[in-house]
Amino acid sequence: MEGDIVQMGAYIGAGLACTGMGGAAVGVGHVVGNFLSGALRNPSAAAGQTATMFIGIAFAEALGIFSFLVALLLMFAV
Amino acid sequence: MASEVQSEGGGLVFQPMDQFVVKPLFGDGSIQWYTVTNVTLWMALAVVAIVVILVLGTARRAMVPSRSQSIGELAYGFIYKMVEDVAGKDAVGYFPYIMTLFMFIVCANFLGLIPMSFTTTSHIAVTAVMAMAVFLSVTLLGFVKNGMSFLSLFWISSAPLALRPILALIEVISYFVRPVSHSIRLAGNMMAGHAVIKVFAAFAGVAVIAPLSVLAITAIYALEILVSFIQAYVFAILTCVYLKDALHPHH
Amino acid sequence: MATKTSTATDAATPGMPQLDFSTFGNQIFWLVVTLVVIYLILSRVALPRIAAVLAERSGTISNDVAAAEDLKAKAIAAEEAYNQALTDARAEAAKIVAMTKADMKAELDAAIAKADAEISQKAAESEKVINDIRASALESVEEVAKSTALALVSALGGKEDTDAVDVAVSTEIKG
Repeated sequence: MEGDIVQMGAYIGAGLACTGMGGAAVGVGHVVGNFLSGALRNPSAAAGQTATMFIGIAFAEALGIFSFLVALLLMFAV
Repeated sequence: MASEVQSEGGGLVFQPMDQFVVKPLFGDGSIQWYTVTNVTLWMALAVVAIVVILVLGTARRAMVPSRSQSIGELAYGFIYKMVEDVAGKDAVGYFPYIMTLFMFIVCANFLGLIPMSFTTTSHIAVTAVMAMAVFLSVTLLGFVKNGMSFLSLFWISSAPLALRPILALIEVISYFVRPVSHSIRLAGNMMAGHAVIKVFAAFAGVAVIAPLSVLAITAIYALEILVSFIQAYVFAILTCVYLKDALHPHH
Repeated sequence: MATKTSTATDAATPGMPQLDFSTFGNQIFWLVVTLVVIYLILSRVALPRIAAVLAERSGTISNDVAAAEDLKAKAIAAEEAYNQALTDARAEAAKIVAMTKADMKAELDAAIAKADAEISQKAAESEKVINDIRASALESVEEVAKSTALALVSALGGKEDTDAVDVAVSTEIKG
């Protein structure tokens, strides 16, 4: 237990940053769920919008990846 | 840090980032820009994989395709249709560039899933170069094709006049964030998945939780196979979206 | 943090290999080489070949579809010709039947007419014979009556007046 206060702060910060990934999970679920409910109402239009769904997933997921990256930076690079 | 955890946690060895270390293939010297490293090896293997899929697989030019030939044809048709649908009919001239990016990313991602391999696309340096190349070429293309009217991309004429400067500011910021998110998305996804697998692998050192750990690795591995393809697809489709903005900047 | 705690051997690499800027030049160089090689392979060899194969296949498929359409049209034409022939044959058969019927009717009519003529001739002949027989029978009746009358007259003791008896008998018979 000889570690310094900076290290402790970094670890706590990394843990807190990981909560951001939950937001990304909610976002991705929201995108896919809404796509699915729309697709079940109008299945003929669903095929053309799959690409749009993946773009939406990518944008939502990128923010979760950012928080993961912050966690990694705090763990290994600070 | 690894040694620290080892000393504190007993048998557990967490080294999730060791797999990403760039090492010279021959000898132990310092890494110059020309040094043959594991980056070189796995990029070369990606090239070999692409040659096998797209060149050797289609070498027979069969009318009724064999399995390997239909993989190549499926990849071709998939990306071609995506470019046509997303970026427009006049963008098919840029199809070889997007195909190059997609095939490289998808092959590198899947090669990175082989145990003990090195994932080239998990490095910010690699993805940032590709994203910056897309960003710069798309911006240049926009100015060459549309001249100064390319700037109307940021001036949304359908919005109320009072809101337009604010929207323009947001649009400009989001435009310049594009290469950052474009590159970090791919590298972050690859890095995260592989690091998580390594963390679970380290837990397998304890006999009691080893079966759970192996199960978790299997599940994450399946997810990673999906992610490998989806990230390559997303990289290519976002390139198409940016290309569409450059060719048709008017909303 | 890693540099603080790690030993001298891995001091060169920080905790995240992704942020080790000393390897960036190497990675970027090999990435550019790789991308250029892939681009050349794709644009020179792979993509034109696949495009040619796909175009050839779609051409073959459309040719085959056209050939199939042709064959279908031919089959329909053949069916129509068959139906036409069938109708023609039916009409021909009906005509032949009608002709035969007419012929037979004509023959029958002729035969009937001939028979009728023969029958009427025979009837006429028979009538004549009957008339002759009737006439001769009437004469016979007159003679018989006259002779009977004469005999009666003589038997009754009268004079045999032939002429008077004749007249009387004739008048009686006619009356």
